[in-house]
Amino acid sequence: MTGASAEPATQLAVLGAGPEPARVRRLRGRGWVRAARRAAMSAIALVLAAAAWEGYKAVGSEDGGSLLGVRVLPRADDASMPHVWEILRRFGRPETAGTGSHSVAVAVLDGVWFTFRVAVAGFVLGILVGLLLAVVMQRFRLAERGLLPYVVLSQTVPLVALAPLVVGWGGRLRVGSVSWQPWMSVAVIAAYLAFFPVAVGALRGLQSPPGHAVELLRSYSATWWQTLLRLRLPAAVPYLIPALRLAAASAVVGAIVAEISTGTRGGIGRLVIEYSREATADPAKVYTAFLGAAALGLAAAGLVALADLALRRYRPVQER
Amino acid sequence: MLAGVGESGAGTSPAAVELTGVGKVFAGRSGEVAALAGIDLTVVVGEFVTLIGPSGCGKSTLLRLVADLTEPTAGTLRVNGKSPRQARLDQDYGIAFQQAGLMDWRSVARNIELPLELRGWDRRRRRQRAVELLELVGLPEFADHRPSELSGGMQQRVAIARALAAGPRLLLMDEPFGALDEMTRERLQAELARICRETEASVVFVTHSIPEAVYLSDRVVVMSARPGRVTRTVDVELGERTEEIRGAPEFFAKVTEVREALRGRRGAGSVAEGAQR
Repeated sequence: MTGASAEPATQLAVLGAGPEPARVRRLRGRGWVRAARRAAMSAIALVLAAAAWEGYKAVGSEDGGSLLGVRVLPRADDASMPHVWEILRRFGRPETAGTGSHSVAVAVLDGVWFTFRVAVAGFVLGILVGLLLAVVMQRFRLAERGLLPYVVLSQTVPLVALAPLVVGWGGRLRVGSVSWQPWMSVAVIAAYLAFFPVAVGALRGLQSPPGHAVELLRSYSATWWQTLLRLRLPAAVPYLIPALRLAAASAVVGAIVAEISTGTRGGIGRLVIEYSREATADPAKVYTAFLGAAALGLAAAGLVALADLALRRYRPVQER
Repeated sequence: MLAGVGESGAGTSPAAVELTGVGKVFAGRSGEVAALAGIDLTVVVGEFVTLIGPSGCGKSTLLRLVADLTEPTAGTLRVNGKSPRQARLDQDYGIAFQQAGLMDWRSVARNIELPLELRGWDRRRRRQRAVELLELVGLPEFADHRPSELSGGMQQRVAIARALAAGPRLLLMDEPFGALDEMTRERLQAELARICRETEASVVFVTHSIPEAVYLSDRVVVMSARPGRVTRTVDVELGERTEEIRGAPEFFAKVTEVREALRGRRGAGSVAEGAQR
């Protein structure tokens, strides 16, 4: 009987193993093609956006379009909408008229790099807080009922109102010789926005394992901690990735807005404000800062894409 | 014959499972629901016992009581001579559900290793054991595959291997073949019969299928619903399980006996009795 039962097993083995490597290869191949196609699409989208900009400039009225005295279309003159090549050329020219001034490209890159680090700090802090909240809410039913409404409520507080509070509280903090830095306030505000999607997404993910999976772990007399590490967290990954995508975007927006509303120097948010003051004399300049902010968003999205790639094993099969 | 085995087993070691007057009442929103009442059941070491009955007869609840996944509201349970809780903490039993419930982020071998990992076995020993078990369930070349690359039947074999990982003396199975097609199902029944013979584990098996119960069991426990009670037990003495036995007249006789017990007057009587309570 052992022989008889082994036979179907080998049959299955042939059926299972035969097409399997081919399938994997095809999937991988498709993955590369997909990545290449996506890259080509974003390049095309970029070109199209530039073309639309120039196209509008070509046909749009210098005064913009007005409807019943209200301007509904932007002005297409060079002061409001400089040519794309003007903006790109502005990157190469010095930031200020003073001698020895570095180029705008350097200033914008510096700003982007500063804000990127602050946003990442906020992002990481937000993830930690969000995960912690989710774990607590999963562990204690009461905590879920008590905390979740406040988690949702937290996002209705306007950022502009929050900024001075954070700066005020932070200013009073001092740990040893380390005093509160302005960038820390910015990171905290970024984290305040970033934690929310993580908390909500992770909670759903941690609750996602079916009853029989949880009971299986219980039958092994696994501790709560072991169940968390071996079952709940891995099962939460598919819920976590989209949450991280939202959180990364929130962290970037939060960091830029927080820089502006706390008056923190050195970041891209500050540059947006500074350059916009020169907008009448030097209209192309402010757009370089906008492009810098957009690049920052892309960098943050790239970071999540990397995390997604690293956690691919935990994704449902059909999406892998 | 079975009684003899039971007596000799009782002399040397405690019964695999011993239930005395076990009851379970669920407190629902619309009052209390009696899932089980007055269950007396002993499974001797090495015995294969199947619980069969209509939906809602509490057979799964009974299994979950033995597994300490829920607690009785009346009576006492002993598993390997211990409290169910102690037996669970000692990982005295392995369990398999209708859903294979394999973790797709782990390879097949790592799924089987999971209970061993939680017991603190080192990596080499774990892998060695997983390889052994994959051999036992006829899937030796699938150690590094993802569970999702396997068919439903193969996944269920892996789940059985996982249940056997720590070498438990007792296997608890809740309709493990319920989601499989008939062909796969019969093949896995044969596999399970062989595995039980080789590992000498005691088994408590829950099923809806009468032929499955008769084919696998030393004893079929027939239950009725509301509240769940044992209405009859049918001893099956068919000797070694081969494919031929499925066509044998003795097999059909036992199938008929179980079917009649399921429909039987005694079942009806206990339902009426249950309603009076």
